[in-house]
Amino acid sequence: MNLMEKDCIIIGGGPAGLAAAIRLREAGVRDIVVIERERQAGGILRQCIHDGFGLTRFQESLSGPEYAWRFLEKAVDLNIPLLTETTALKVCPDKTVIAVSRRHGWLRLRARAVVLAMGCRERTRGAIGLPGTRPAGVLTAGVAQSYINIHNLMIGRDAVILGSGDIGLIMARRLTLEGARVHAVLEIQPHAGGLPRNIRQCLDDYGIPLLLEHTVVDIRGTGRLESILAAKVDANRNPVPGSEREFRCDTLILSVGLIPENELSLTAGIELDPRTGGAIVDEHYQTSVPGIFSAGNVLHVHDLVDFVSLEAETLAESVAVFLKNGCLESCPIALKAGSGVSYVLPHTISGTREVTLSLRVREPLKPCLITVRQAGGTVLSRRFAKALPAEMIHLPLEAEIVNGRTPLEVTAV
Amino acid sequence: MECFDVLIIGGGVIGNAVARELMRYKLRLGLLEKEPDVGTGASGRNTGMLHAGFSYAPGSLRAKLCVEANAEFDRVARELDVPFRRTGKLVVGFTEEDRARLLHYKAIGEQNGVPGLEMIDRKRMDAIEPAAGGNFAMYSPSSGILNPFLYTIALAENAHANGAEYFLEHEVLDSRHEGRVRRVVTTRGDFLARWVINCAGLHSGRVSAMLGLPGHTIGGFKGEYFVLDKRAGEGVNIPIYPPPRPDGGFPTHATPTIDGNMLVGPNSLWTDDLTDYTVTRASLAELIEDGGKMFSRMKPEYFIRNFAGIRPKRMDPATRRPLDFLIETRDDAPGIVNLVGIESPGLTSALAVARMAVRLLATREPLEKNPLFTPLRKGILRFADQDETTRRRLIEENPDYGEIICRCECVTRAEILAAIRNPLEVATVNGVKNRTRAMMGRCQGGYCQTRITEMIMEECGKAPTEVLLGKPGSTLFTGRVRP
Repeated sequence: MNLMEKDCIIIGGGPAGLAAAIRLREAGVRDIVVIERERQAGGILRQCIHDGFGLTRFQESLSGPEYAWRFLEKAVDLNIPLLTETTALKVCPDKTVIAVSRRHGWLRLRARAVVLAMGCRERTRGAIGLPGTRPAGVLTAGVAQSYINIHNLMIGRDAVILGSGDIGLIMARRLTLEGARVHAVLEIQPHAGGLPRNIRQCLDDYGIPLLLEHTVVDIRGTGRLESILAAKVDANRNPVPGSEREFRCDTLILSVGLIPENELSLTAGIELDPRTGGAIVDEHYQTSVPGIFSAGNVLHVHDLVDFVSLEAETLAESVAVFLKNGCLESCPIALKAGSGVSYVLPHTISGTREVTLSLRVREPLKPCLITVRQAGGTVLSRRFAKALPAEMIHLPLEAEIVNGRTPLEVTAV
Repeated sequence: MECFDVLIIGGGVIGNAVARELMRYKLRLGLLEKEPDVGTGASGRNTGMLHAGFSYAPGSLRAKLCVEANAEFDRVARELDVPFRRTGKLVVGFTEEDRARLLHYKAIGEQNGVPGLEMIDRKRMDAIEPAAGGNFAMYSPSSGILNPFLYTIALAENAHANGAEYFLEHEVLDSRHEGRVRRVVTTRGDFLARWVINCAGLHSGRVSAMLGLPGHTIGGFKGEYFVLDKRAGEGVNIPIYPPPRPDGGFPTHATPTIDGNMLVGPNSLWTDDLTDYTVTRASLAELIEDGGKMFSRMKPEYFIRNFAGIRPKRMDPATRRPLDFLIETRDDAPGIVNLVGIESPGLTSALAVARMAVRLLATREPLEKNPLFTPLRKGILRFADQDETTRRRLIEENPDYGEIICRCECVTRAEILAAIRNPLEVATVNGVKNRTRAMMGRCQGGYCQTRITEMIMEECGKAPTEVLLGKPGSTLFTGRVRP
């Protein structure tokens, strides 16, 4: 049937997909298409009307839509075909993509390379097993943000926020600005999940308390949420009896983590890393299926969109080489997350050129020493004034310091 | 005020089955339901099993009606166009003690007329389901799985299409004789009827008293569940039950749903509050521990949701021993058909229960056949279940099939619209969910809930403050952010 043949199909028109598409075009790859399920490209940025985007990349503070627009404008200038309102249903290992849309009907596309840029989704109430009743008024931060910023719908008047992820912090401020009362942000960990600047600008500036080592132990109400019961937790994250405190509220916002959205990756038989929830990739951002690449939040959840764009651009350069040569340099050297490091990307490297590692520490460290070891010897160590789990660390690794093919291990103390 | 021939109190699976069976006759029938949708109580909060009937006391209504309704369910599922799979069931055993209990159930089942029960060895188990634990099992080929929401909705829609009138969000407050008819007082006005049928499920004891038949004690038997991701359900094709406990009940187990998820549960505890669907932290911990022993994929990465259901058990007020279903008409209570304590296997037995209620009514008043009655009903076509050729054709015929609204469950705009335009005029978010599976997947509506609420507002002409999640008062919005 009507099979569309392409050099490269990019799934997802958010920051990663757009950046990849633009860089591919700039590298001379003409025959590409971006598949985007929404009416407009831009991804989650479209609902992020707060500022702070682009500080690294553009040295100015942009809102989400403004940041997205910089890429969209370029994509339009470069005449990059955007199949909007089109949902990819399946990616096959042979790089056939099945998609549907109102306008184009049932689509079968095949490409020499596929870029997975589907982003991430939010962890839900059910996923973290919150107890209680199931009233209206319990929603994830992203859904709340979409209702308020895109749909012009006000979700409540009295809120508690569970989880101090960045979107939760942003929503604490957003709700306050719209006249709602935010009683507290509860965080089960002993440290905040979001960026320090968001703690300052979204909580401290508005006098919203951040209760560390706290969680929700009951949700009450039949129709609409009536109250939640919060409790302090011990070192094993179990509630401390007697520490319960009831908050009367009509809204509970959950900001309890993001999960790379890899359903399509699984249909292609791509191997995932249980720690990141994203694909296992080499330094070219190529997955376990040759010719299928992955970058951005679908690969691992980033702290800043600037790095999503950068990662996608690096990916695009590899894809361009892949399309030109039909293959990429092999990456036989494994990279492992050692003690103190929750994950490190990429999973394998070639050892023949400089790569930038992305990693996160398990716990706040001040100061922090990151060490890369190979065969028992230290090949690189770098000291940082501090390191937080919320902030991704980027560590350039020069080819010269890698010896042979034995695995590298990255640790943090 | 117009007078109904029959008013049914309660829109669970029983009320709707009775309505559907009564529409075979020329009657003016109304159904009163306190919630904004049908099937929101015990009918929708269970394991979704079509039970075979091997664990109910021989001679009981539970046994008789379960076996009767089980036998006809393939035809019923076809008539009502509802998903159903006769999977069979394995009750596994490890020890000789287990074997004795399984043989006991087999004997009871055979007495009840359950077809095809057999004890099978490990070799046969491997042929049926290699993943099942245990050294031997009782195999029950007539057990199956169904979607309890869709079955209840289908019964309601079929009754409605045959002329039954539905009054949702009408909570019954009181009832009294008025000459030869009864007045039923609801939160939204009064109704008159010659017959009132109590199908109030969890509230059947209270409604019975309201109808002048006091003295029934209903105990709430609560069970909590985890819903697991479809990935956890891959390859699990048959419900596998652990060996029964010495008291005859089953410990926490893992059951595949007709949609491919897994349910882990239920635990079991008594509750006095028949409306308390709280899932407690302690119960969740218990389910994680007990469920983990039964099912290796009982892990947080597969958690989608948790919920509680309550079974209305009619109990002897003195001994508090559970009693059988009560389905009766009485000389001293003219115009009333009383159904009390219809709990598990109520979902399985619903149509047999309904026929019995109709027979009782017919012994007191001749019923005239409705020649226009049709037992057939069409459900909403599921795009996700169609083959490629059908999907292509659907999109060509109607572009709304080309717009995926729910990504996780692959539900299209066409299906969401069909659900919003449902014949019962249910306009809640959960109404759409239970009809289409949108928002039931792993992102729990993170992607699609916002557009579904927009579609509800647009289609039903509702203001933001009028949109309900499910229950009365479950408003989603306080208004617009900006005028």
